[in-house]
Amino acid sequence: MADATKDVTVLQVGEPLPGVPKVDPILVAHGVRRTFGGVNAVDVEHVEIPRNAITALIGPNGAGKTTFFNLLTGFDKPDSGTWSLDGKSLANVPAYKVARRGMVRTFQLTKALSLLSVLENMRLGAGSQGGERFLTSLVTRLWRKREDEITAQAMELLARFKLDTKADDYAASLSGGQRKLLEMARALMSKPELVMLDEPMAGVNPALTQSLLGHILNLKKEGMTVLFVEHDMHMVQTIADWVIVMAEGKIVAEGYPDVVMRDQAVIDAYLGAHHDTDLGSLTGQLEVAKDLGDSFLVGEISDEIRDEKADHTMEATDGK
Amino acid sequence: MDFNFIPLAFGEIVSPLTIGYALAALGLAVHFGFTGLLNFGQAGFMAVGGYAFAITTVKFGWPLGWALVATVVGAVLFALLLGIPTLRLRADYLSIVTIAAAEIVRYTVKTPSISQYTGGSDGINGASRDFYAMNPLPDIQYGFGVLTYNNNQLWSILVGWTVVIIAAVLVWQLMRSPWGRVIKGIREDEDAVRSLGKNVTWYKMQSLILGGVLGGLGTVLIIIPTSLQPDNYGTQTTFFLYTIVLLGGATTVLGPIIGSIIFWVVLQLSDGILTLLVNNHLLPLSSVQQGPIRFIIVGIALMLLVIFRPQGIFGKKREAHFSG
Ligand SMILES: Nc1ncnc2c1ncn2[C@@H]1O[C@H](COP(=O)(O)OP(=O)(O)OP(=O)(O)O)[C@@H](O)[C@H]1O
Ligand SMILES: [Mg+2]
Repeated sequence: MADATKDVTVLQVGEPLPGVPKVDPILVAHGVRRTFGGVNAVDVEHVEIPRNAITALIGPNGAGKTTFFNLLTGFDKPDSGTWSLDGKSLANVPAYKVARRGMVRTFQLTKALSLLSVLENMRLGAGSQGGERFLTSLVTRLWRKREDEITAQAMELLARFKLDTKADDYAASLSGGQRKLLEMARALMSKPELVMLDEPMAGVNPALTQSLLGHILNLKKEGMTVLFVEHDMHMVQTIADWVIVMAEGKIVAEGYPDVVMRDQAVIDAYLGAHHDTDLGSLTGQLEVAKDLGDSFLVGEISDEIRDEKADHTMEATDGK
Repeated sequence: MDFNFIPLAFGEIVSPLTIGYALAALGLAVHFGFTGLLNFGQAGFMAVGGYAFAITTVKFGWPLGWALVATVVGAVLFALLLGIPTLRLRADYLSIVTIAAAEIVRYTVKTPSISQYTGGSDGINGASRDFYAMNPLPDIQYGFGVLTYNNNQLWSILVGWTVVIIAAVLVWQLMRSPWGRVIKGIREDEDAVRSLGKNVTWYKMQSLILGGVLGGLGTVLIIIPTSLQPDNYGTQTTFFLYTIVLLGGATTVLGPIIGSIIFWVVLQLSDGILTLLVNNHLLPLSSVQQGPIRFIIVGIALMLLVIFRPQGIFGKKREAHFSG
């Protein structure tokens, strides 16, 4: 598994049809339904999310992706349905316990805590800080050590997301894209098992998108599972190992990215008739990436980051 | 002309009301300023705590220590009663329920059928028994001019301010700790905090309890040197507390305390000035009309504060509650 590259590993068991079982599922949802008034916002028969892989959830606006996220993470209650993480049921588990079980999500509409500093936002994401208990909090000595660990971890993550210079600023002073980054970094503070990102790239500039793609690929390398919603097909093509397509609340297609993108139903429901031009150039890039091997892609991105870092260090030393 | 009202107004700095309101306002700052809980029934917490203390002391003859336990338990139960049904819901529900519950408490204690315990509309006297018995100060007069105090009054002032300072240090420590970080996060966006694995409802409950207990203890500091009157714990009291909290800065620890001092000093000063003007026929008001005028002044002051300095005296501009 350690050397898994996305096109080699077989994730599913049998034909990649909607609801196909996975070789090693981390999350299994069955019969999850949610209606708003008369509208079936979510109506998922069966879906399994493969472990230690990057799965993209795509579909048109209003398909029910965010609602499905809300249901799975305990932020909304379904009309019916069961789902489990690592075989343990998560139905009717409150949102905070879902997070503690290692399934952490971000929000489509960013939720940075504006009047806390960026660093405090990050620290809040950490788990097992005894100082968050009322009585323990009264004795600084009891939580100082853990706080230092948390701070070190936070600064390291912030540096990765290029927010370290902002650590002491109010989160309110961040730009929209920076808030997205902060939210994602904050979600990683608890070292989750499954990270669910709702449109992580919306509003993030292309250069940063590149390095974010690198981060997400790294999460996989570190053993995490990623499920993300995204409208940017370039990103989906580049990093997803598996794609699930939703439309009108239902899962209409599933499979490997390049296959799903050519699926007529997906084109009709989501990509649209004029997707060809766009996709053409994308598949072109993809071919190159494939030829060179995916490990190269990862390497390339992290090389870029390393180069940038080197530049920074150069500047720093020049300054002195 | 009689300018004695000026030193008297400054005497408000150490008056029982200032001390008690400082503590209750600190509790409200925990609710409103730090956690974002819209508690419009802080007067209810004050009443519950005060009655628990006065009834157990005066009617049941409990010693001071146990009466204080009763005060805390009363405020905790009141917080649970209000919090359990509302804290899961949107913020507005808590404000509706608290404002109603506070009024229910006030009407209940005034009910004639239980006046053997509550004293009905007259309230309860004599809650100071054990407290004064513990007074180590010699029985002489302290102070000077119009500001003189007997040993019991001074004892109340010293203990009162000590309690306020201890409470302030406690709240300060809590708010700089990881616990306070969760609390302030909830004020910003409770769903975000939930998504990070914190039991938001329980934190809100802890905050409601903490602030409520401070409110209840605030009343104890008021009624020991004075007496317990049900009508002092109406909705008006809650709005005085909001004025105090906004005046000093809702997201600060010192704000509510200094706010309470300024509030009562200014109220007394304006009262004195009005009396002076009316008595010398400089204002076309009767002395009956004069009473409500100062409350109109409070209302206008509250509006001006929210408009021009929403962060209060000690607050940082960014943390203002009413900034756009
Ligand atoms: N709270 C709500 N009340 C009523 N209807 C809702 C609510 N939330 C979502 N819906 C409806 O449910 C459907 C699915 O919405 P959802 O937000 O899950 O879509 P989405 O796939 O995330 O779309 P997008 O790509 O635009 O984010 C939509 O028709 C929406 O109008
Ligand atoms: Mg959505």
